[in-house]
Amino acid sequence: MRVIYILWLRQLKKYVRSKSRIVGAIGQPLLFLLALGYGLGSVYKAAGQGNYLQFLVPGIMVQTVLFSAMFYGAMIIFDRQFGFLKETLVAPDSRFKIMFGGALGGATTSVIQGMLVFVISLFLGFKPHWSQLALTIVIMSVLAVAITSFSSGIGSFVNDMQGFQAINQFLIFPLYFLSGALYPLNRVPAWLRIIAEINPISYTVDALRWTLIGTTRFGIWHDLLALAITLVVLVGFGAFRFRHIEA
Amino acid sequence: MIEVNHLVKKFGSFTAVDDISFKVEPGELFALLGPNGAGKSTTIKMLTTLLKPTAGSLKLNGYNVVKQQSAVRKSFGIVFQDPSLDLDLTAYENMQLHAVMYHLKPKRIKTRIEELLTLVELWDRRNSLVKTFSGGMKRRLEIARGLLHQPKILFLDEPTLGLDAQTRNLLWEYVGNLAKTKDMTIFFTTHYLEEAETNADRIAIIDHGKLLIVAPADEVKKSTKSQSLEEAYLKLTGKEIRDESVSKGEAWRERQRARVMR
Repeated sequence: MRVIYILWLRQLKKYVRSKSRIVGAIGQPLLFLLALGYGLGSVYKAAGQGNYLQFLVPGIMVQTVLFSAMFYGAMIIFDRQFGFLKETLVAPDSRFKIMFGGALGGATTSVIQGMLVFVISLFLGFKPHWSQLALTIVIMSVLAVAITSFSSGIGSFVNDMQGFQAINQFLIFPLYFLSGALYPLNRVPAWLRIIAEINPISYTVDALRWTLIGTTRFGIWHDLLALAITLVVLVGFGAFRFRHIEA
Repeated sequence: MIEVNHLVKKFGSFTAVDDISFKVEPGELFALLGPNGAGKSTTIKMLTTLLKPTAGSLKLNGYNVVKQQSAVRKSFGIVFQDPSLDLDLTAYENMQLHAVMYHLKPKRIKTRIEELLTLVELWDRRNSLVKTFSGGMKRRLEIARGLLHQPKILFLDEPTLGLDAQTRNLLWEYVGNLAKTKDMTIFFTTHYLEEAETNADRIAIIDHGKLLIVAPADEVKKSTKSQSLEEAYLKLTGKEIRDESVSKGEAWRERQRARVMR
């Protein structure tokens, strides 16, 4: 456990010391909140859908956690390029602990980022159900651990930032934009609805909508089950790939 | 302490290490010399569990390097050729991280870190971020870190690269003492042949993946009828300048990674 703890702590220290990373990771979600929240808010209301900011914030929180957690894989690539990865790979501990310690650290910083967006959204007028805040944090944490583990796996075999960015753009961006985070799924074409229903990110967005504004499309138990399966599969993927990593 | 038998490493059709065998005794200072791309780093990577051999057997401290990796990793410390510190952590934090990863008892960690950082004259800078250190300071910190868990075997891959004469002298004095007093086996590579001649009990010269000779420096000179180790080295490995960029092994791995990406 000490090994997992020290690698978790390492990620936290690096995060706290990198002010630009904190600001940078909030910048994009903030832009989405302002541009979409205010820009499309009136259209959304005119269509009889209610307050768009209320609908949007859980989606933006998922976006923050998702992209921030995915960035953890880039840290592995940096660790390889700067040589630190070798130091961890010759340590007498299991590769799983090494991968998981770092992934937990990356997940913690991602959840902090997500909560920062939550706090900012309160100032913009978001009104959450406070009673489920603890469950909100748990859901974000599960998503964050799943994604940091997945990105560890990707970082294990992708050698450069360009390759990593390509995977991000071809995989994570579509998963996010097809998850219903930015628009309701009840009036979309059937093909898009089907994609959303097999997309694990949709269930996280839905779960956060349930905890924060009390609405759900799939049902919270379905959401939690989908999230649990996603966690197991992605941690398994990360552990498998990291076991075969080369420094 | 180290037993290498018929070791082979192939990257595709390229043979980086070609059927080499040697033994290193406890407390011995053993230098592995060779031109760039000769197979030194690949050999060290196999000895330190970072690469799997294609064929042959490797034993460290009595443990099989392929089958008993955890026990093997506890047995050695390593100072890599390239920097391997976390630049965003302080010197103390880098040491602490290593101490925890090598399961040092919490009570021992502080005293051990203080002892080693004092030795490499970095104790006063323990709370500075490593990114503010000069190249020499980073190297000294890496050496201190490699010794932290008191390994039985210490691998030093070009340990004095970028160090001034004073620090080099201090390092070899300390390393020599460790070998004598703690019976620690020191396995090092270097391009400074005078360092190998002065400090190593035995020297191995490798080129094109093949081991050309394993003997004390005097015997190497005698057998090649040379006045100096450098002369002997050049007689054995030739005067042709080697490619200093990526080795063929590295290039092969890069191609494999690119293929995975496609």
